[in-house]
Amino acid sequence: MSVPFLLEIGTEEIPDWMIPAALASLRLLFEKLEIPHESVTLDATPRRLTLRAEGLPARQADSEERILGPAKSAPPQAVAGFARKLQSIVGTSRIVRLEDLPIETTPKGEYYSFVREVPGRPTKDILAEALPGLIPRINFPKTMYWTGKSGPRFIRPIRWIVALLGEDIVPFEIAGVRSGNVTSGHRRLGAHEIIVTTSDYERRLRDHYVILSAEERRAKISNELAGILVKRDDALLETLVYLTEYPTTIVGRFDRQFLELPAEVLVTVMRHHQKYFSVENEWGGLAPQFVAVMNIDADPDGFVRRGNERVLRARFNDARFFWETDQKRKLADRMADLNHVTFQAKLGTYAHKSGRIVALVQKLGGDGHAIRAAHLLKCDLTTELVKEFTELQGIVGGLYARTQGEPEPVWQAVYDQYKPESMDDAIPRNRTGRIVALADKLDTLRECFRVGLSPTGSRDPFALRRAAQGVVKIVVEGGMDLELSELLQDDAQLSAFFEERIRYYFKDIRGFRYDEVNAAMAAGRSNLADLEARLKRIQNLRSSADFEPLAASFKRIRNILEQARSGSGGQAQPPAEIDESLLEPGPEKDLYEEYRNIAGQPIENVIGRLRPKVDVFFDKVLVNAPDARRQNRLTLLSTLLAEFSTIADFSEIVTQS
Amino acid sequence: MLSFQQIIFKLKEYWAERGCIIQEPYDVEVGAGTMCPETFLRVLGPKPYRVAYVQPSRRPADGRYGDNPNRLFKHSQLQVILKPSPDDIMEQYLASLEAIGIDLRKHDIKFEEDNWESPTLGAWGIGWQVMLDGLEITQFTYFQQCGGIDLDLVPAELTYGLERLSAFLQVKDSVYDIEWTEGVSYGDVRYLDELQYSVYNFEAADIPTLWKLFDLHEGEAARLLAAYDPKSPGKRRYPLLAAYDQVLKCSNLFNTLDARGAISVTERVGVIQRVRKLAVGVAHAWVDQQWGMPPGLPVEEEAAAQ
Repeated sequence: MSVPFLLEIGTEEIPDWMIPAALASLRLLFEKLEIPHESVTLDATPRRLTLRAEGLPARQADSEERILGPAKSAPPQAVAGFARKLQSIVGTSRIVRLEDLPIETTPKGEYYSFVREVPGRPTKDILAEALPGLIPRINFPKTMYWTGKSGPRFIRPIRWIVALLGEDIVPFEIAGVRSGNVTSGHRRLGAHEIIVTTSDYERRLRDHYVILSAEERRAKISNELAGILVKRDDALLETLVYLTEYPTTIVGRFDRQFLELPAEVLVTVMRHHQKYFSVENEWGGLAPQFVAVMNIDADPDGFVRRGNERVLRARFNDARFFWETDQKRKLADRMADLNHVTFQAKLGTYAHKSGRIVALVQKLGGDGHAIRAAHLLKCDLTTELVKEFTELQGIVGGLYARTQGEPEPVWQAVYDQYKPESMDDAIPRNRTGRIVALADKLDTLRECFRVGLSPTGSRDPFALRRAAQGVVKIVVEGGMDLELSELLQDDAQLSAFFEERIRYYFKDIRGFRYDEVNAAMAAGRSNLADLEARLKRIQNLRSSADFEPLAASFKRIRNILEQARSGSGGQAQPPAEIDESLLEPGPEKDLYEEYRNIAGQPIENVIGRLRPKVDVFFDKVLVNAPDARRQNRLTLLSTLLAEFSTIADFSEIVTQS
Repeated sequence: MLSFQQIIFKLKEYWAERGCIIQEPYDVEVGAGTMCPETFLRVLGPKPYRVAYVQPSRRPADGRYGDNPNRLFKHSQLQVILKPSPDDIMEQYLASLEAIGIDLRKHDIKFEEDNWESPTLGAWGIGWQVMLDGLEITQFTYFQQCGGIDLDLVPAELTYGLERLSAFLQVKDSVYDIEWTEGVSYGDVRYLDELQYSVYNFEAADIPTLWKLFDLHEGEAARLLAAYDPKSPGKRRYPLLAAYDQVLKCSNLFNTLDARGAISVTERVGVIQRVRKLAVGVAHAWVDQQWGMPPGLPVEEEAAAQ
């Protein structure tokens, strides 16, 4: 007989962004219990994590346990002892008699043995035993204690637990909360205590204004948004889905006069501070409207709408006040103020940083616009608007620079300075912006590494990984011809850090195969544009039938050369010219002639001709000849390897054979 | 419509009915109700405690000369501490909103993650900002650590922003228009505080004098802490409470100097550390004095490098 299982962990409000990962963790922990089941479903609202499984056995299957006793030849006392032990295991229901014990023949001889029937344990007992340990192991980025210093830790206090297997409660206790069959409805619209069964659980919750399924809450919001020109924002939608148990949208309005403020500012206020969707007009500009998502079923008297409108009005008024105050001093007049803004305690002020950025921009070949942008770059940190809306740094500077008449390349460079903010984000839109953004990021990386602020493990407080990733993306996608190694100031640690980021970019972002990335990087990784070009060539070459066999041959050549080097006591062989007179006619001479013919040509054009010659050479020629021919052959192979290793170290290619 | 002072009366009465001592504001200037000894020291140790008080809280940098309708140099917090936190704390909190006339069936309440932290007090907690129709009205925190010490009992701290709450209830766009009591506006009572302290904090405060005062108060706190003897039989009469007042003075002077633009980049982190060291020192001595627990070594976290 199979039964359904329901576990609901009732908590105080869990941070929305942690919920999906917590459910994945709960699923994994449940699977690890290895209780057979047909299906598992996970659901959550801010106040509950729910796992439902179908088709669990009521009890585990029975099993047999074989107990091996003393050897048949053992002294009688030992055998009697074994009999007593068995008696205590089986209890008084059955008398264990020596003569009844079966004898088992093993490779070591004959032994007394006993087969014990072990009845399967009830699944309820297994769950009751496992769940108190399982629940606190659900993975959250940050946890708290609430019952006292030595109490259990969880993301937020656990207030109730529903644990049902079929019709039975799975009994256990955690943090003073006993499991049961009582859940809780919506804080304001539902009952505080609701008795549920595994079959009516979801429906009962719905009766009490809790939509259990995130998918359904998402659909409810999306349906209500239909017909409104809402600016699509999936991340905000996700936040709202996990911030509500019964989401309902309302449309609010704001005064048209606020549309004089830049859309970036208005959208940031609405999105980041109020979690509102912004609404567009039919021409793609902002409409004086917003959509808020409530955690309640309706707003019949308009209280919620008017409340939100007032809050937004106050916020917009603040923003306008800051915008107007900031205009009283131009960005260019704020440079000296950067002496009072810390970049980092060990690294001084933003004035210092700006000076370094200007120098780097010059080194990178930036023109007058780039240098002007570098000077203005960080000035918006002293503005009221950025102090209030820190997420708008850069953008505000760009907007002010535009208003204050800076040329387009300059204000755009300031505006785009933090791009790309992720690997999905675009790089700065113009060349001036790319140079400036590059200089800013490189400076942060160089300076932080210089004073030992490099990331450790998952800790990366200065977002240096993102900065380095941004450098790689800008250089490659901006087609910038520069030598990265010259910009890393011989910092070995930083160079290794970049190696990782470059590998990640080409492999995980661009989708090149890992061995191709390794092969191409082994032939140089300082000029990223060149590296990208070589990677594309290798990718194309790979489809050729000659590629992998040739790569295997290159690997063989490398091994032969390395063995030869270690054979001579690690001494590098003196560079030698190929002595044509020592070449034997046949495969060796043929390979040499082929090499002479194709040297200097791209490998793509010659791979088909080269490969058979190499194969025949290895098939017929013994490199380790007992005389001067050996050295001559090694030289031939090493020359061949060098000729084609400028594109990649092909021995890094992982071949099928 | 409830006046500003009626809202305060109602909330105090509500929490008094739930076992809170009603305290009056502390008489040393502070930046938040959390800093008062009624919170900072009382949350330490194993003794349950419940208290509520209104604390005028000074934030020199937030002053706007009385011009900004939403920003104040000195705002009023209703601070509630329930130690240990009762299991139904959320329900109790929501009912307190109903007690001041908010019909929760008709409004939208959300609890959004907001973990509170005070580097100068070596204190932090886990919690939410409570949003009412999009307006943050309360900070709700489960304290985890105070003065660098893990707390034995976890208190719930509720901090109501009284001006915001009142403006919401009275439907006012400016805090200065809040009705304090019939015929008297918030502006009538507080406008001059806002104007004059803004002038003082941003323009008139004498920087060398404030630094001198900072050093004096710091010196006095440090002197008292250094002379505290955990082995002394008469340690219960040792004036740690007075030492803590000196720490509060330092904190307020730091905030004023900061608003005055007198704290340079390199100094800032250092000054926070100086205040923190004193606050942590008082907390550890206090735990020893009250419960004879080994104070342990103050945990010096990584200097707030950012």
